[in-house]
Amino acid sequence: MSNNRHYPALSARLSSGRLGPLWALLFRIAPPRWSEYVLTHWTGKKLVIAMPWLWLLLFFLVPFLIVFKISFSEARIAMPPYAPLLEWAGNQVVAIKLNFGNYAFLLTDDLYFTSYIYSVRVAAISAFLCLLIGYPMAYAIARATPTWRSVFLLLVILPFWTSFLLRVYAWIGLLKSNGVINNVLMALGVIDAPITMMQTDFAVYIGIVYSYLPFMILPLYANLEKHDLTLVEAAADLGARPLTTFLRVTLPLSLPGIVAGVLLVFIPAVGEYVIPSLLGRADQLMIGRVLADEFFSNRDWPVASAVAIFMLILLVVPIMVFQRIQSRELEARR
Amino acid sequence: MHEYVRLDGVTRKFGDFVAVNNVSLTINQGEIFCLLGGSGCGKTTLLRMLAGFDAPTSGSIFIDDQDMAGIPAYERPANMMFQSYALFPHMTAWKNIAFGLEQEKLSRAEISERVGAILDIVKMTPYAQRKPHQLSGGQRQRIALARSLVKRPKLLLLDEPLGALDKKLREQTQFELLGIQERLGVTFIVVTHDQEEAMTLATRIGVMNRGEIVQVGTPPDIYEFPSSRFVADFIGSVNMFEGSLVEDEPDHVRIRSEELGAHVYVDHGISAAPGATVWTAIRPEKINIARERPPGEDNVVHGIVREIAYMGDMSMYLVQIDSGRMMRVTRPNIVRQSEDRISWDEAVWLSWHASSAIVLTQ
Repeated sequence: MSNNRHYPALSARLSSGRLGPLWALLFRIAPPRWSEYVLTHWTGKKLVIAMPWLWLLLFFLVPFLIVFKISFSEARIAMPPYAPLLEWAGNQVVAIKLNFGNYAFLLTDDLYFTSYIYSVRVAAISAFLCLLIGYPMAYAIARATPTWRSVFLLLVILPFWTSFLLRVYAWIGLLKSNGVINNVLMALGVIDAPITMMQTDFAVYIGIVYSYLPFMILPLYANLEKHDLTLVEAAADLGARPLTTFLRVTLPLSLPGIVAGVLLVFIPAVGEYVIPSLLGRADQLMIGRVLADEFFSNRDWPVASAVAIFMLILLVVPIMVFQRIQSRELEARR
Repeated sequence: MHEYVRLDGVTRKFGDFVAVNNVSLTINQGEIFCLLGGSGCGKTTLLRMLAGFDAPTSGSIFIDDQDMAGIPAYERPANMMFQSYALFPHMTAWKNIAFGLEQEKLSRAEISERVGAILDIVKMTPYAQRKPHQLSGGQRQRIALARSLVKRPKLLLLDEPLGALDKKLREQTQFELLGIQERLGVTFIVVTHDQEEAMTLATRIGVMNRGEIVQVGTPPDIYEFPSSRFVADFIGSVNMFEGSLVEDEPDHVRIRSEELGAHVYVDHGISAAPGATVWTAIRPEKINIARERPPGEDNVVHGIVREIAYMGDMSMYLVQIDSGRMMRVTRPNIVRQSEDRISWDEAVWLSWHASSAIVLTQ
C-alpha cells in the first residue's frame, strides 16, 4: 500500500514542514502506514472520545485491577505486604494461587457486615435529608430573578472556598459539650446540663448533610431551571391546584435531578471517612474508617482490598440505576 | 345572543410599558372571536388575563357575568390551548387528556368514556398511548385541542392555535376547528397574527395595535371597511394614497391626490371637512388592468408594468404609474394560457369602480 494513496501531497507537505511540528514528529517516529491509518480513519470525534477512555483506563481500571488482584492474595509481613499471585512451583509449572479467604473472612467477622449496613443507612438517611432541605432551596433559586439567582448560587458554592476539614472542625466547636450551642442554650436557661451531641449519629448527619448539600442543590437546580413554566400554567388551567400541579407535573419532571442529587450525596457518603471519624460514634464505625484502619493500622492489604471491592460492587449498582434513568430521560427529550 | 365575556377598561402595565391599554369588549356566547395583531401588540397578554395567568392593572373581566378578579386559573370556566401546546412530556396522550378530568374527581369510567370520545373527535384514537415526543406537530396540536376541550369549557382560549402547522394542514385544521366549535357550541377566543387564520375562523375580529383594540367587526367589515390606515394596511395588501377632499357631496366625494396623479371618485359621502387631508386605499384585486383607456374621467391612471409575479391562482402586477409611485394589481388567472397576456414594460391603464376605493380620515 502506497503511503500517498489517501494523502497524495503528504510527502510534499512533510518535506516542506507545513504539516505542523507535532504531526511531523509523529510521522518520523511512527511507521508511516500506522500514521496514515490514524489520519484517514480516525476522525477528530474518535480522538476526543479516546482521551477520557484512556484516562479511565489508566487511573481507574488499572488501579482497580491491582486492588482486585491483591484481594486474592495472602497477607504476609514483608514488602509488599501480600504474597504474589503467580508462583514458580518448579517443574515448568506456574501456579496461580487464588485466596478466597479474604472474602470469606469478611463474612465471618460481624464488624464488616454491621459497618456496611451502618454506612448505607447513614448515607441513605443523609441523602434523604439533603433532598428534603435541598429541593425547596433549589426550587427557590430556579424561580428567583436572574440577579438573585447568581447571588444564591454563589452562596451555595461559597463554603467550598474554605477547607473541608476546617469546616468539619468548626462543627466540633459548635457541637461539643462546652461548645457554642450548649453554652448559648445554657445561658438562655433552656437546658440545665449540656446535651451530648458529639460522637452521636446526629453529629454525623449534621456533618454529612452540611457538607454534601451543594451536591444535592446544584443538579436539582440545573433540572428545575430548565422546566417549561407553561406546563405549570397548563396544569392550573386544567383545574389543578398548586399542590397537585407540583406533585403531578413539577416533581415527576424533576426526577432526573433528584436521582442525580441523591446519588451524588449517597455514593461519597457511604465511603465517608473524615466526618464520622471526627464527629461520629466510637462504637460504630463506617466502612470507610474500617477500610483505612485495615490498610494503615492492620497492614492487612488483602482483606482491605476485599473490603474495597465489596464496597465498589455496592456502589456500582446505584450508578447503573442512575445511568438507566438518564438514558431514559435523554430518550424522552429527543 | 347572550353576552358571555365582557372586558371593562382592562389595562395591563409592565413597569412603564403599557401592554394592554383600556380595552373594553363584549364577546357573545358561541362566537369565534379573533384577536388579531402583530407581535407585541398585547393580544397574548389579554388572553393570559382571561385565562387567569395574569391580572389587569386596572379594569375588570367578567366571564358569564362573574367578576374574575382574584379567581385563580384553576377555578375559571375557561380552558386554554397553548401556542407551544404545553403537553406534559412525561404523560401519554391519553393521560394528558385525562388530567383535567381527574381534577374534577370524576369516576374512572366517566373519564375513560369522555377521553375516548374526544380522541375520536380529533381522530387521534390510535395514538392514545404515545408520549408527546413520539407525535408529529399536527398530532400534538390535536392532543392539545382535545385536552382543552375534554373539560367541556364554555370558553376556549386559543393562542396561535395553528401557528406551528404547515399550510395544507393548517387549512384542514381550520375547518375541523370550525366543525368542532359548531358541534360543541363553545365560545372561542383566538389570538393570532395570521390574518388568513383570523378571516377563516372568526365570526368577529378585533384588530389590536399597541395595546389597543383599533377596530372590531366581521371579517368582511374589517377587510372592506377598515376604519383606519393601520387596519387597511395590516389586513390584506392595499395601495394607499394621500390626497385632499375637493368635492364633498352627500352622495359622492372627489379626492385630488398628487401621489396618484388623478382624481378619485367615491360613490358615497364621508364625514370630513372640505380640503381636509384624507387617504384613499384601493385593494389590488379591485383594480382592472387594460391596454386601452377605459371611458370616464375619474378613477383611471396610466402606468408601465415593471414586475409580474405569477402565483398560480393569480398574477400580481407591479405598475409604475405616471406620478412615479408603484401600484399593486392582482388578477385571477382565469384561462390556462393566453397569447395576449400583458407583459413587462407595457403601457397600461389602471381603473377601478367608484365603490372600490376606501376613504380614510385617520
